This record gives sequence, structure tokens and C-alpha cells, in this order.
Amino acid sequence: MTVLNLLILVCLLYVVLLFAVAFAADRAARLGRGSWLRSSVVYTLSLSIYCTAWTFYGAVGFAARSGLEFVTIYLGPTLVMVGWWWTLRRLVRVGRSQRITSIADLISSRYGKSNLLAVLVTVLAVVATTPYIALQLQSVTLSFAAFAATDPEATTLPDMQSTALWVAVGLALFTILFGTRNLDANERHHGVVMAIALEAVVKLFALLAVGVFVVWGLSGGIGPTLDRIETSPIARFDVSGSRWVGLTLLSAMAFLTLPRMFQVLVVENEADEHLRTAAWAFPTYLMLMSLFVVPIAVVGLDMMPNGANPDLFVLTLPLMEGRDGLAILSFLGGFSSATSMVIVAAIALSTMVSNHVVMPLWLHYSGMAAVVSGDVRTVALMARRLSIAGVLFLGYVYFRLSGGGTALAAIGLIAFVGVAQFLPALMGGLFWRGATRTGALAGLVLGAAVWLYCLFLPSFGPSAILPQTVFDHGLWGQSWLRPRALFGAEGMDPVIHALMWSMLLNISAFILGSLLSFPRPLERLQGAQFVNSLDNPGTPGGWSGGMAQSEDLLIMAQRIMGAREAQTLFSAAAQRQGVAGYLPEPSPDFLQELERALAGSVGAATAHAMVGQIVGGAAVSVEDLMAVADETAQIMEYSSQLEAKSQELARTARQLRQANETLTQISVQKDGFLSQISHELRTPMTSIRAFSEILRDTQDLTPEEQNKYAAIIHDETVRLTRLLDDLLDLSVLENGQVELNIQTGTLKALLDRSVRAAGGDGNGFRIRRTRASEQVELTTDLDRLAQVFINLISNARKYCDAKPAVLTIRATISDGQLVVDFVDNGSGIPTDKHAVIFEKFSRIGQTKASGAGLGLAICREIMERLGGDISYLPGQEGAAFRVTLPLAPGRMAAA
Amino acid sequence: MSPERTPLFLARRSYRRRRLADAARVLPLIGGVLICLPLLWKGSPVSGGTVQALIYIFGLWMVLILASAIVSRHLRLDESDREDWIARDDGAAEE
Repeated sequence: MTVLNLLILVCLLYVVLLFAVAFAADRAARLGRGSWLRSSVVYTLSLSIYCTAWTFYGAVGFAARSGLEFVTIYLGPTLVMVGWWWTLRRLVRVGRSQRITSIADLISSRYGKSNLLAVLVTVLAVVATTPYIALQLQSVTLSFAAFAATDPEATTLPDMQSTALWVAVGLALFTILFGTRNLDANERHHGVVMAIALEAVVKLFALLAVGVFVVWGLSGGIGPTLDRIETSPIARFDVSGSRWVGLTLLSAMAFLTLPRMFQVLVVENEADEHLRTAAWAFPTYLMLMSLFVVPIAVVGLDMMPNGANPDLFVLTLPLMEGRDGLAILSFLGGFSSATSMVIVAAIALSTMVSNHVVMPLWLHYSGMAAVVSGDVRTVALMARRLSIAGVLFLGYVYFRLSGGGTALAAIGLIAFVGVAQFLPALMGGLFWRGATRTGALAGLVLGAAVWLYCLFLPSFGPSAILPQTVFDHGLWGQSWLRPRALFGAEGMDPVIHALMWSMLLNISAFILGSLLSFPRPLERLQGAQFVNSLDNPGTPGGWSGGMAQSEDLLIMAQRIMGAREAQTLFSAAAQRQGVAGYLPEPSPDFLQELERALAGSVGAATAHAMVGQIVGGAAVSVEDLMAVADETAQIMEYSSQLEAKSQELARTARQLRQANETLTQISVQKDGFLSQISHELRTPMTSIRAFSEILRDTQDLTPEEQNKYAAIIHDETVRLTRLLDDLLDLSVLENGQVELNIQTGTLKALLDRSVRAAGGDGNGFRIRRTRASEQVELTTDLDRLAQVFINLISNARKYCDAKPAVLTIRATISDGQLVVDFVDNGSGIPTDKHAVIFEKFSRIGQTKASGAGLGLAICREIMERLGGDISYLPGQEGAAFRVTLPLAPGRMAAA
Repeated sequence: MSPERTPLFLARRSYRRRRLADAARVLPLIGGVLICLPLLWKGSPVSGGTVQALIYIFGLWMVLILASAIVSRHLRLDESDREDWIARDDGAAEE
């Protein structure tokens, strides 16, 4: 087998391993066994995506060209991590409390949830990141070609373009598979994070292995290596001061603002605790990555033939020495660096594109109808998947167009300057309450324009996009507008030149714009929340609810977050408010909470618009602003205490009112029932008396007549007995005297039995089930549980008024609980009746009465005895009941 | 939260914690200055080489890592935000 074939095999095996690791981590997290997935070590390792292939291969090339200067790229992030107490702590807190999904989301959210800003940030991020992705594709293809070139048996060199295409397709597949599992970007991508943590270990190990080989294997130890550096072309330490300082600053800024770094630093962060470890562990990682860069560069310059590409020394040195194993390891290191960067960048960008560009457009063109339109979740997920594919496709196209030339090699720093333009708006937003949307917009636009004109467009070379005359004489012949010498700043390094002017103008416009404009109320509110994020976690919200319909909100939330998550959120809020069921009152607090939860899925601006659409306009009241103002902080303290008290009172009053209402209704029903029950008892009694009198008094009855009358008497007694049985059953259950008969069986068998007992399918009544999800083993009183199911099914059969009537039975498992939903397609139960249907003697719609109204009351008592619950589920298409039952852990039969 | 509520003097424990937070803030600034130090050696015949700068930078790097580890280890996040004015109990005035 040739080395090239071996390489391809190892590479494929490695990819399979990555998929397996991501899959296993996702699975472990889903089963709740993944506490180690959230450890500080994994967090620190995931930060290593800062070290891309540009680091892995490029750092040595950088060192070979300009000596120790390469180290500035890693010193900047070191300073940021060491100084986490200043910035990162704030950033992470804000990110978590505001459920931030991306850097565009954070900036938009801070400046009054402005979607214009979000779009601007998104576009700039895509423009800056696409070439970077192309650079990663290029590094993989170049390293692959380096292998092919040394392989004497490989007759034809593999096609560079097709290698890149395959890598891009594979990466898109991986990212879509593991990066869009859940819609909520705040929910961690455990699979992805685990895979990049593994890749972090691989690339560090590979670079260290090559370094050890070079220092001890080729140079003969530390001393000789240092001697070798002394005599090398880069022995003199003559870095330019402006580049040394400028690049350190630039890398520090980019570390905070690169979309992929923001994703792992802030969005995937779960606890402040992680930062404390990463504060020293990540600088250690960076130091180890840089440790052997200079030795490798020097030895490479010494031993490799003239004209060899120093960017590939890490790979070509072991290859030249015939160490194929080491070379393959080194290739895997570079491959890991490239792939992990692309995966996270694609996730970060796709979140931005789908949340800030696609979703707003889609909402706009679907008539902004969040309530009635279809499932938003699938649209959002689809948008994100398409965006991932789109971003990678753009990267590939860029790679093809640029021809993999030298233009790409310089793109790392160019991209850094591009994303650094976010920094004034980001930091200003976190530390300065006076920063406004206008200022942020002005700064971003001006900074981005300078970056484009002075650095990005010229990077394609003279006459490629900007004509040569612009380079020589400036735009419109104005010599002070030359892209490499703006305002006459001649002879500067292009990167530092662009960095200086873009940041100067960006910051000036940001400050000036902020000083001259007046923020909208929502901006002021958000500004205060961001700047004071460390002191007070939340200020009162901006929604004036009341007109909002909780059920509409629930329907919308279900479509965005998924039914289960939305129901959990709503019922928890209802519980806090002291309201039973799934529909909390639309208080401002609740609306704020809901908006944040939605923001985790679709971004702040869209979530704000969607809630606003239902609630009817966001009103920031004078009180809210007062609460923000420092001067009233003292008053706030007292009034918030008063408010807490009065809220508690209101909650108690609400509970009392609810109890009273229920009592009154029950009393009315009880009266009704008494007359009902007398009637129910009287009717059979009358016929029993009448027919027994006939039997007693009439002499010449034929045997058939005798039989017929006896049968009627018998039927009526059966009916009476059943009624009395029900009453007895209920009173036994209520007094807790019932003996449970615990058995084990599957849910499927139980449902089969219940459906049969309730009369089965047919006659215009259909039952839809998902049998695969019913393979759950239960250990409980199966007869009692069957009684509940039979009751629910026959209720649907009796009361569902749709033609044809369809009952859907859905079984799911969540948090160790079996959840079985019975949803029919009829007209449901009116909201005001939800509270009483589980009471004794309650009957909804007196029309087709054939029971005494005891069924659901018995069901509730049974479920209580079994340790579970039965409740009415609002916001479905018809009447819906939810039965929950705790499962002992590990009760899943092999499904 | 209001300025009136913050005490002027702190107990020993919270005093330590505050100074530790100060250390955490000042660390990147010191690091930044020290990183720029090699620029002053340029052209100096005795210490102008890449080797010296290499050893200096990596040594500095390790010191920064160590300092950051020590400071971060003793800085507990949630307490330090709040404890400053809760810890008035023993009334020790030490600042």
C-alpha cells in the first residue's frame, strides 16, 4: 500500500471516529449522562478553534519569514484570557441572561433589538469569514498534495479542486448533522463541542510530536537547537514596533469578535466556573502550540531545499526524513485544525444568517402571521441547514476563484481586522450606557468601509478589483485617499495602516454618533441591563400585557420551541403565578421570560417582533425607565419590596378567587347532580317495579314474555349496580383505601387492550397511534391505568363532534416520565370549563349525556394513586388530555 | 446597589477578595507592558537576538499563566460580587 493510500485510509478512519464521538456525546447528553461534557476542560479545549490550519501550518511559515513576530497572534488572546475579570466575565453573564445566540444577536439586542444592526454585522461576518474558510480548504488540499508529491508510485496527482470539494461536502454534512440538532442555539451542541475538543488534543499532540522530533531527533537537543537559531536567517530580533504592538492588540480584539470564537466563548459557555479554568489553561494551550514553531522554522530553512514552501515545513520535514507515521500524524493535526474551525464558523454564521436575514424575511413575506402559519421550527432549522451549506459553498467558490494562490495566505490577518470592527459597538455596549444604535451603526459602517477599501479589496492585488490608478493616485484622483496611504500615512505596514484608520474612524463615529443621538426607550432599557449585568440580573420588562391571549402565545411558542419545551415553560410560569394548568397570566414578567426563551431560538429581534405581534405593541412604560435611572435606585429598592409583597398578595388573591370559583361551580353541580342522580336512580327503579309487578300479578304470561321482562329487570339492575360501583370506586379512591395490584407490561399491550375495551376503531371513529414509541415497559397497576385509558378513549368516541372523528394517541418519555397525550379533532372544551372537568359530577354539554360525570374524576384519583397526573392540555386542535406517569429509571424496553 | 449601602471598610476575608479582583484586573496590563519590553532591546549588541527574546517571551508566558492560575483559583465569582457588603458582620475596619 502506498503512503498516499494509507493516508486516505487513516483520514477516513479519523472522520468516522469524529462522527462516532459526536454521536456518542450527543446521545450521552440526551440521556442525561453527560455531566463531564460540560466540564471546564472540554470548554477550554473547544476554545482551541482559535488555532486553525493557519496556526498549524502558517505559524511556522510566519516565523520563517519574520522571526518571532508570529507569537503576537497568540499573546493577544493570552492577555484577554488572563484579563477575563474585565471583559469575558461580563460578556458571558450578558450572553447567558439575554440568551444570546451570536455576536450579531448581542449587538442587535444591546441597541434596542435592532435588526438592521444584526444584518450589518452578519454581512460583515460572512464577508470576513468566507475567505478564512477558503484558507482552511486550501491548507487541507496543499498538505494532501505535499503527500502526493513525495509518493513515487502515485502516477497522477490528485485533483486539488475535487479534494477541496469533498472536504467541503463532508464538513457541511457533519455540521448539519450535529450543529442543527436543536433549534435553540443556547442549547449546547454537545456532539460538536466534543468533536472539536478531540481535534484540539490531536492537533496539539501532532505539533508537539513534530517539535520533539525536530529538536531531539534532527537537531540533537535544546542546546544545539538554540545554536542553530543563532546562526539562522532569523537570528536577529528586528520586528517593527508598530507591528508587534498592533498585531498583539489585533489578535486580542479578534479573539473576542470572531464569530466562531464568540460561539465557543459565550454561546456554548455554561458556567462562570469554566472561565476560571480557561483563564490559565487556554494560555497554556497557546503557549504549547507556539513552543516549537521557531525551531521547526529554523530547521526547515536549514534542511529543506531553497524555494520550499515554509508553510508546509510541519509536514514536509518528517516526510523528507522518511517518517511517514509522523507525517500522517502531522497531516491529521492540520486536518483537525482546519475542520474544527470550519465547523464552528459555519454554525456561528448560519445562526446569524438564519436568525437575522432569513427568518425576518420569511416572517415578513408570510404576512407576519406567527399565530396561524405553519411550523416555524422546521422553517428555522431548514434555514440554518441551508445557510451552513451556503457558507461552505461560498468558501469553496472563493477557494476556486482565488486559485489557492498567495492572496489566501494573507487572509488571516485581513479577516481579523474585519471582525475587529465589531469591537467598539460590543465593548461600548457593555461598558457605556450612553452608547446608542445610531453610534453603533455609524461606527460599524465607517469602520467596515475603511477595512474594505484599505485592506480587503487591495488584497486581491492591483487591478483585480481596484484599478492601479486608485492605488497610485487615490480615489477620484485624491491622493489623500490612496488605499495604502490614507490621509497621507505613507510607508506603513498595510495591515497596521488599515487597523489604525479603521479603528480610529470606527471609534470616533461610534462615540460621536452616540453623543449626538437620542436613544429609543427600548435601547435605554437594554443598555442599562447590559451595563449593569453584574449587579442586578434583571429589571422590569417592557411588555404591558393584559390584552395578550395566553393560548395564542402558547400556540406560537409551541411552533418555535417545540411542544414539550413550550408546555414546560408555560406550566412552570403558571405554577409560579399560582395558577393551575398550562396557561399563565400574560404578566410583563412572563412575557419578558417568554421573549428571552424565544430569542434563544430565533434571535432577539425576531422574538421581539413575534411577541409584539400577539401582545400588540411593546410599550416601555415610564416606570420602566424610572427603574433604570440611577437616581431612583433608592426608591426602587423600597418599591420593589412593596411590589414583591403586593405580587404575593395578588397571587394569594388569585388562588383564593380560583378556589372560590371552583367551589361555587361544584356546589351548583352538586345540586344538579342530586336531581340527576335521583332521576338516574328513579328511572331504573320505576321500570324494575313495573315489570316485577307484571310478573307477580299477571297469571297467563308466556315463557317468552316472562323471559323478556326478567331480562329488562336484570339490565336495569346492572345499570344501577354500575352507577353505584362508580360512586363506591370513587369514594374508595378518595379515601385512599385502594389496594394497588402492581404488574409489569408494555404500554403497547395496555393501549391495545384499552382500545379494544372501549369499542375499537371504526364507525366513523379512527384512532391514530405511533406503535414504535409505545414500546415502554411499565410497572404499575395496569388494570387501573387501563381504566383511565378506556375512559379517555370512550370519552373521545362519545363527545368528539368531528366527522370523521380522529383520536391521536402519542406516547413520549421526558425527564423519566411517561407522557401519553390523547388528542381528538373535535371542538375541544371551552377555556372556562378547564378548571371543573375533573371535578365529580361535572358534565360538559348536557346533550348526549349517558354517564353521571364521574369518569374523569375517577381517572384523576387513579392517576394520583399511581403517582402520576392527568390534565387538560390547551392549545391543541381539539380536546386533549395528558396522562403522565413516573417511570423507574432504565425502564425502556429495547425499542 | 446604591452607593449609600456599600460600607467603607470591609472584613478581612472580603478585603482579600477585593484586592484579588484588583490583581486580576491589573494582570493583563502588566502582561501587555512586559510583552512590549523586547522592543527596547532592538539593535542592542548584547541582547538583540531572537534566542534571548524567545526565552524571555516564553518565560514571561509561563509566569503569566501561573499568576492567572493563582488569581483565578482564589477568585470565586458569585461571592465576590455580593459578599462585599454582606460581610459587614464582624465590623473589622481594616482598610
